[in-house]
Amino acid sequence: MRQFLTFVKKEFMHIFRDPRTILILLLMPAIQIILFGFALSNEVKNIDIAIYDQSHDVASRMVIRKIGESPYFNLVASIDNMNDANKLLQSGKAKVVVIFESNLYNKILHEGRGDVQVITDGTDPNTSNAVTRYVQVIIAEAQQGLTNNYMPVNAELSMLYNPQMKSSYSFVPGVMGMILMLICAMMTSISIVREKEVGTMEVLLVSPMKPIYIILSKAVPYFTLSLVNLTTVLLLSVFLLDVPISGSLFWLIIVSVIFILVALSIGLLISTLVDTQVAAMLISGLVFMMPVMLLSGMIFPVENMPFILRAIAQFIPAKWYILAVKKLMIQGLPVKYVLTEVSVLVGMAVVFTTISLKKFRIRLA
Amino acid sequence: MLKYLIEKEFKAIMRNKFLPKLILVFPVMMMLLMPWAANLDIKDIKVAVVDNDRSQLSTGLVNKINSSTYFIVERYAKSYNDAKTMVQNGEVDIILEIPENYEKDQVREKNAKVNISVNAVNGTRGAMGGAYLSNIISEFFSGRNVSGQTALINVATQTRYNPTMDYKKFMVPALMTMLLTLLCGFLPALNIVSEKEAGTIEQINVTPIPKFTFIFSKLIPYWIIGFIVLTIVILLAKIIYGVSPVGSLATFYLLASVFVLVVSGLGLVISNYSNTMQQAMFVMFFFMLIMIMMAGLFTPVDSMPEWAQLIAGINPMRYFIEIMRMLYLKGSGLSDLTRQITALALFAAAFNLWAIISYRKKN
Repeated sequence: MRQFLTFVKKEFMHIFRDPRTILILLLMPAIQIILFGFALSNEVKNIDIAIYDQSHDVASRMVIRKIGESPYFNLVASIDNMNDANKLLQSGKAKVVVIFESNLYNKILHEGRGDVQVITDGTDPNTSNAVTRYVQVIIAEAQQGLTNNYMPVNAELSMLYNPQMKSSYSFVPGVMGMILMLICAMMTSISIVREKEVGTMEVLLVSPMKPIYIILSKAVPYFTLSLVNLTTVLLLSVFLLDVPISGSLFWLIIVSVIFILVALSIGLLISTLVDTQVAAMLISGLVFMMPVMLLSGMIFPVENMPFILRAIAQFIPAKWYILAVKKLMIQGLPVKYVLTEVSVLVGMAVVFTTISLKKFRIRLA
Repeated sequence: MLKYLIEKEFKAIMRNKFLPKLILVFPVMMMLLMPWAANLDIKDIKVAVVDNDRSQLSTGLVNKINSSTYFIVERYAKSYNDAKTMVQNGEVDIILEIPENYEKDQVREKNAKVNISVNAVNGTRGAMGGAYLSNIISEFFSGRNVSGQTALINVATQTRYNPTMDYKKFMVPALMTMLLTLLCGFLPALNIVSEKEAGTIEQINVTPIPKFTFIFSKLIPYWIIGFIVLTIVILLAKIIYGVSPVGSLATFYLLASVFVLVVSGLGLVISNYSNTMQQAMFVMFFFMLIMIMMAGLFTPVDSMPEWAQLIAGINPMRYFIEIMRMLYLKGSGLSDLTRQITALALFAAAFNLWAIISYRKKN
């Protein structure tokens, strides 16, 4: 046991004597949580809009005033020909152009029908969809104002678990999954492979310690570091981003620890597969980071994906972890709702650890 | 001299067991999988219906919702609590509750309301789903309104550049940028520092090679790799997704080459300041993640608060994603892109100068 502790101490020293890395390891989660929480939002707003008013009457002015008041729009230009409209859209200076036909109010009064044309930049389908909806709602409101014919409210909308519709509620679990994965898997694999590359692995292997303890002593510091990161992330999200922990904190931590173990075992697995640091970094970095960002449901919903990708996503540990965190932390569900997620994670930890221990070679080639 | 140094770099890359495979396989894998995954299309949102009315009107409403491409009426629940359990189990995203005597109230008072409860944990899907569902319900009623008062102002909509609203067309150019950034950023970041770790940098330091030439010899191989990767992904995008740039291919290659210089330059700067590969990797990761997040790749830059937009303003990736999307979808020419091109050129010059200055031949 004392030997083991000495090895753990050695690993800690490796980390602490490299201040730049430790700084980044501790800062990265904090910065990411802040950026994600405050900067990223799926809500479409501040849209640059241009108006081409051929009518200049009560009806068009009313709509324009409402557009000006709307927090969603940013009136950038009033134009008087189609050419300018095309140019604004082409150069991206306006995302949408609203065109009022001439004599709009007259036509509404006498013909019972006026035309407004909305041209959107469809580059981003969601923005364009949202913009169209916003404009339609504004015009419908203006029309009610003009005709005093109020439309009844047909539906009452309530947002479960996230009443203010904050994006941070959906991003925080994702960031937790990504950070823990990145730090554990990458750091563990690099630190083992590094010993191989530098040649010090041989020294360790001829020591009286059992190889399994050598490996375990490598994992302990990163496990500790991940716990520190987990605490930072949770504290920041509760106190800075106001994302509540609605469920049991105890189970949230247990599930996170299981996930950290999975990530560590993946790190071990990578380290048995490759011989150079570059390869270990690139595999854990590129090959793991991209799928975690894209396939885990962190940003893009897994339900939207075609069958093959949904199948692949099942093998991504972060996907299960994020699901469990969403349920425990945001939805505040009791632990029986996350049994599937937890057992999948435990299963993954067992499988990865077994494979990597089997593959770990005591003898150097 | 430069020629031999470049030859050395290429040999170093080609004789690595892992790198040539990564350079070829990674882009192909990403292009095959990722456009399918990076999909924020709102469709097939699962609805649980709690119909307490069971009238002609409520059935009509449910059918209307089911016929839309956005929604699938997945389950009928007996009560709200029953439906809530389905949400908790993740079986459905939205609950639509129709109150008792809905039809009667609707006819009599015209203000009966249905309740929509959205699982708002899933950001976009929840928010958009709720809004769409209310829209469909409004449409349902305005369609039934016989007085003809509703459609006074007819709104004709036209969607340019991506009329089919294909999310892949939007994401493919951005994913190409991400690939290019990852490969041409990480590889140079690891390059100089790996020579430091291996000790071979000493041999370079005792030669008369000027700093400028040395940095250039490190830059040019990645520039060429960038071109290879770019050509692979353009072809794949065309073959698999039928997406090709509307704008000119020459403009595309020209601007991509400037962008590769920017990221490789950044990589070399980081490599110069690092002592171990581990350090270089982590610093690079740190910047990479911020760059990717703040680039408008996943969420629009316009939606960010002002301070975040300022950060996005010094993010080279953001400009290149704009360029890529404009070239691919709008076919913009050089004159539409002056702002972005200027920004990229400045970044390229700054990073590479910095790389040359920060490289020290003395220890």
